[in-house]
Amino acid sequence: MGEAIVITSGKGGVGKTTTTANVGTALAMFGKSVCLIDTDIGLRNLDVIMGVENRIIYDIVDVVEGRCKVRSALIKDKRIEHLALLPAAQTSDKTAITPESMKEIVDDLKQDYEFILIDCPAGIEQGYQNAVAGADRAIVVTTPEKSSVRDADRIIGLLEKEDLTEPPKLIINRIRNHMVKNGDMIDVDDIVQLLSIDLIGIVMDDDEVIKASNNGEPIALNSSSKASIAYRNIARRILGENVPLQSLDTEKSMFYKMKKFFGIRS
Amino acid sequence: MSNKKQLVTIKGTKEGLSIFIDEACSFEEAMADLQEKINAIRPKEYEPIVSVHVKLGNRYLLESQEKELREILNHKSRFYIESINSNVILKEDALKWKENSEIKAVRKIVRSGQVLEITGDLLLIGDVNPGGKVVSTGNVYILGNLYGIAHAGAAGDRKAIIAASYMKPTQLRIADYISRAPDYESDGVYMECGLIDEEQDKIVIDRIQVLSRNRREISGFERRILNG
Repeated sequence: MGEAIVITSGKGGVGKTTTTANVGTALAMFGKSVCLIDTDIGLRNLDVIMGVENRIIYDIVDVVEGRCKVRSALIKDKRIEHLALLPAAQTSDKTAITPESMKEIVDDLKQDYEFILIDCPAGIEQGYQNAVAGADRAIVVTTPEKSSVRDADRIIGLLEKEDLTEPPKLIINRIRNHMVKNGDMIDVDDIVQLLSIDLIGIVMDDDEVIKASNNGEPIALNSSSKASIAYRNIARRILGENVPLQSLDTEKSMFYKMKKFFGIRS
Repeated sequence: MSNKKQLVTIKGTKEGLSIFIDEACSFEEAMADLQEKINAIRPKEYEPIVSVHVKLGNRYLLESQEKELREILNHKSRFYIESINSNVILKEDALKWKENSEIKAVRKIVRSGQVLEITGDLLLIGDVNPGGKVVSTGNVYILGNLYGIAHAGAAGDRKAIIAASYMKPTQLRIADYISRAPDYESDGVYMECGLIDEEQDKIVIDRIQVLSRNRREISGFERRILNG
């Protein structure tokens, strides 16, 4: 029996889909069987980032409306085994599925996969309701910006009402080191203190992420980039490993950081 | 007449003049006696007005009875009623008093979009985040950070206060007063409280220590009962 984790944020554009793709890929790289579900019906992106857009035949609405079985709508990843994607429909809208039907699909997939990662659409309406319906755990993604932290706070308040096995975890995405240093960006500690939930990872703002997304290759596959390491660390923490947070310092060379990273690990 | 028990006694006490009304007789009898006594006094126009305390003992006055009592005392006499004291109150009123003066402890983080409403005093053990709101009819005490909106004395009590371990609120509201954070970025304050300053006619933030001078009554449930 697998576990379903919803990845949500309230605000749009903070990196929910990128996080879902990369954490999912990283979990699969560690040998877990993973299924990603895109619930952003009408504005699907997860398939693009995973580079499987052209393989979609059936989508989640087809499954809900009984045109196909869940398993035949799943798209197997071309690079990693045990990684699959259930794409959203592009032609319908959020009301095409209900929380009940979503829960049914998630419960069904939990039989076959160890992790189900649900990519939640922005907002707190129907799309959000659908996405959290089947989830056991939740990860809230925020960026070090006031508006996105406010929305994260709102979402955490809403998630408290859901039937989750543990309080949501926090990912702080797109941290720009030089801005944090100058005091132009909210400090990681301040965000954690305000939201008062456990931090499960921080991800630096990295141009490589955008490049990788455009190529349909999740950055987690690329072993050397900072963001890639961050995503793999998050996957590890989800698996229960105790991995220290990445240092925010960019002054040191990548080589040093890698050494330090591996040094801490052992 | 002279062998009859005194139903109404007028006495000088250290508080001033007190009218004691026997608690065992019927209300009508007592009022008749009171009327008689007042008529006997028949004060002159030039006599000064005297304030009196009415002591009812264990008698409960209905609203209509209180009105009648006030009418008798104010009519044709030079008495001014300072207070009407009774040892008994309705259970209903007692419960309302309790509800309004009880401190309710809540352990919670009030997040953006959430509203916590309380009758009486609120003791919040946790934070109020930006976009969150706490409302109470009494005082608001926050053991934590106040970043959002706090409204004390929501039913109109201007004596209510808002105290927090750390406060950098978006707005403070007390009764019908509202104050907001300045437009420029500023640091919050530790262990301070917001209260209405009558002279400046606005909400001011000051050290918690000033409460021992300005708001003594917050410390006592009994005091509230005595003040009615």
